[in-house]
Formats: sequence, C-alpha cells, structure tokens
Amino acid sequence: MQPSALNHYQAQLDAGCFLIQRCSACRQGVFYPREICPHCGGAQLDWEAPSGLGTVHAVTTVRRKPDAGGDLNVSLIELDEGVRLMSRVETLAPDQVRIGLRVRSRVAQTGGRGLVVFDPVQEGAA
Amino acid sequence: MSTTPDNRALRARAAIVGAATYGCGEAPGMNDMTLLVRAAHAAVADAGLTMQDIDGLCTASASATMWPMPVVEHLGINPSYVDGTMLGGSSFVAHLLPAMRALEAGQCTAVLVCYGSAQRSATFGRSQVVASRRFLDPQPYEYPYEPLLPVSAYALAASRHMHQFGTTRRQLAEVAVAARAWAGKNPEAFLRDPLTIDEVLGARMVSDPLSVRDCCLVTDGGGAFVLVRADRARDLPRPPVYVLGTATAVWNRQISAMHDLTRTAATQSGAQAYAMAGLGARDMDMVQLYDAFTINTLLFLEDLGFCAKGEGGAFVEGGAIAPGGRLAVNTNGGGLSCVHPGMYGIFALIEAVRQLRGEGGERQLAQARTALVHANGGTLSSQATAVLGTADAL
Repeated sequence: MQPSALNHYQAQLDAGCFLIQRCSACRQGVFYPREICPHCGGAQLDWEAPSGLGTVHAVTTVRRKPDAGGDLNVSLIELDEGVRLMSRVETLAPDQVRIGLRVRSRVAQTGGRGLVVFDPVQEGAA
Repeated sequence: MSTTPDNRALRARAAIVGAATYGCGEAPGMNDMTLLVRAAHAAVADAGLTMQDIDGLCTASASATMWPMPVVEHLGINPSYVDGTMLGGSSFVAHLLPAMRALEAGQCTAVLVCYGSAQRSATFGRSQVVASRRFLDPQPYEYPYEPLLPVSAYALAASRHMHQFGTTRRQLAEVAVAARAWAGKNPEAFLRDPLTIDEVLGARMVSDPLSVRDCCLVTDGGGAFVLVRADRARDLPRPPVYVLGTATAVWNRQISAMHDLTRTAATQSGAQAYAMAGLGARDMDMVQLYDAFTINTLLFLEDLGFCAKGEGGAFVEGGAIAPGGRLAVNTNGGGLSCVHPGMYGIFALIEAVRQLRGEGGERQLAQARTALVHANGGTLSSQATAVLGTADAL
C-alpha cells in the first residue's frame, strides 16, 4: 500500500523538500495533498516541486501578547502554479506583509518536522 | 453532472408554529443540554403542543458527535424522523428542507429543531476545545501556522475584500454599530449600551483587520422551533410562519481551501431559496443573517442580492442597516450584540419568526411579511438560506 498523500508530503517536507500534486488526467495543480483530484476525481496525482514563487493573497496579523510569542503573520499564499495554501511570511514584521507581495518558499525545520514558510523576494531578483 | 433542485412544489408546504429561546446571555449552572431542553419545552408549548406530539427531531452540537441520542433521552420522545446533520452554525437552517420532505412524506407530523450551548459559562473552555479539535477534526495544513480560528479565517477574507473592493474598517464598524443599535431595543440582547464607530476602530485588535468589536459575542443560550405541515399549522394557536424557500450549499471547510475569499456559497443557497420561494431580495422586509464577524454581513448582503459584489461596505454606510435605515438587518442585535452561544443560526431564524408574528416590541418592523434568514457554518464553509413569510406572503 502507498503511504497516504499526507504522510508522503510530510515525509518529503521533513527531508527539506516542498512538493505539490498535479492531476495526470486534468493537469490541474492540487494543494493540499489529496488521494483523488478535487477537480476531476482522477486517482493519479503526480508529485512535483513547485517553483517556490508565489504572491500573498490574503493576510492577517494574529495579535498575541509578547509572552505568548508576540504578533504573528498568517497569510494565504497563491503559488505561481495556481494553488493556494496557508503559511506565514518571515523576515518581515507582521504589519509589513501586504497582499500582492512576492514571496519564495522555504522549508523550515522545527523539532525534525518540516514546515513551508515564505520570505519576501525582489521581483527580478528571482 | 450536478443539477439544481427544483423545490417549488414544496413552497409554503410547512410552517413554523412555535419558537422560543432560553437562557440567552449568561446562564450559570446550566449546560448545553439543560439550555436546549428548556428552549425546546418552551417552543413546543408556544406551538400549543406537548412533547408527546413531537415525532421529528433535528439537532446538532459543536462537541458531541452522537448528540441526537441524549437529546431523545432528555426530551422523552420517540421520533420517527431524526436529523443530526452538523454543518456548524448553519445546521438549524439546513435542517429545514429535509424536515419539510419528511413532513410531506408522512414520515412525521411535528418536527422539533433545537440547540443549546453554555459556551460562556462552561468549565470546558475554548482552549481545551481547540486542543481537542486538533485530534478529532484535524486541519494539518492550517494549524501549524497558528491561526486564531475562527476569527483569523474571517480576517483573511476581510483583508481580501478590502484589497479587491476598497472596503474600509470604518465600513465594517458600521455593521457592529448597527447591530448594537438594534440590540438597544431588545431586552434579550446581551450588550445594549450604545456603540460608536470610533469605539469599534479603537477596540483591541484580535486578528487584523478585525477588532474585538468586529467579533461576535460568546454567550450562553438555547433556541428551538417547531415545524409542521401547513394544513395543520392553521389549526394551531400561533400565526404560522411559512417556509417559502430554503437551500443549503457547502463548498469547503478550511479558509485556505475556499475558492474565492469574497464570494461565498450563499450565492448558491440564496439563489436556490429565492427560486423555490418565487421571490427575490427586493421582496424581503428584513434580513436576519449570521454575523459572526462584521465582514459576514457585507459578504452575505452581496451574495444574497441586496447589493452588487464589492458594494457591501458602501451599502451599510450612514446607518443604512440600523434602525430607521433602508434595510432592517439583524433586528435582535445579531451575534455581534444579542446572543452567540457557539452556533447562532437558530437565533437568526427565531428573530425572523418573532418579527413576522409581530412580537418585536420596541424593535418591531412596521412591515413584516417576508424575511430572509441566512446562516453560516464553519469558516465561511457552509451556507443555509431560508425565505420565510406570513399568510400575507402566500
């Protein structure tokens, strides 16, 4: 039996590799990882490495007291491959993260677990 | 291929004949079940029935997965029709259409829809609920980023609405101020002191762009109503409130899986409910909608046809949905200022019933023949709409 899409995705992240899926039937990008294609119902979803480039699609700052970790950015990022995911933009103050900001993915490691986060990029420097 | 159901034959075939709330606000010493039972008992009495007349049950709980079973025990009923569908706060409006079919088919004769939550007074607090949901209802692609759910999900949608349409925090604040003005006319409302736009703008931020005054209350409360076939409703003591149209749509669970953050499944549930009723937004005397957060009111006014997409902010300006405004919205004060015990949908419907029966007291609308009820569940995930009307609307 194959590992679940969730387990495969997380194992790849833990190894530092961010993957998304693409449906072999309808060719649409898929995120989050699924067992079947949510667009066409196809059962063959292939893994691929995205470019990592994307755009901040929606943004909020979760207000937290300093002893609870301080203010935290939560963003929805639209990858250039056309899929969207929740993540956060690092290396910028939360109140500086704006919709439309170009960002690049990075796999952060916390306690052996990989997590996709994003950093701002200068357009043209990509 | 999916099809659009044609439910026109069910228009006004069932009516709400009893409705009640119980323990709205703070109900120390009560729990979810005791609030539900008290509300249910009052709603059945309001209908001129006894609990032994109830042979259909619709209910849902935000924590107990087998909730209809203990409800059956506590009410002492033996229902031939049970619907425990759990679609968050939209559940109790979503329960309408299957219940109408069950009544029409003769599966049952009197359906009790009921809910209770002691969310404010409960000893099992919000943080424990959030912690247990990580295991019982995992969202592994969202929770590692620590969104403050549900508010951060609505904040993300609000950020998008502001970006795309130029909506302002001041326009969002109009929604909270209007709700508070209505609440001032409702003795059952939890917060009744006047609220100003500047107070909303200056309130503590929770998840930008939403402040604590853009967020619904956390209260206790129970609500229930009774649905019977229209031919029977005419023999009962209360003026029947007919279900002219209703529909439910579910498009996603997580905000990150929502296709368009500024267009909700209310576009679908609303269109189907209007089609069943043969009516449109312009025919509605009032709107009772689930205002978990101020952005909800803008999104639903747009998606339900009261203004064009993106114009919700301008639509509510200048007290337009407050008492005396151009459209009466959430005349009880809504989830923002009246009552919000975990899931608000049933309270929106009960307020419509009260207005349509002329029981609104100081907040009673001069013209109250039709009402649009809209309930939201999850994080803009599930949407259920109902068009209700008095005998004059038939």
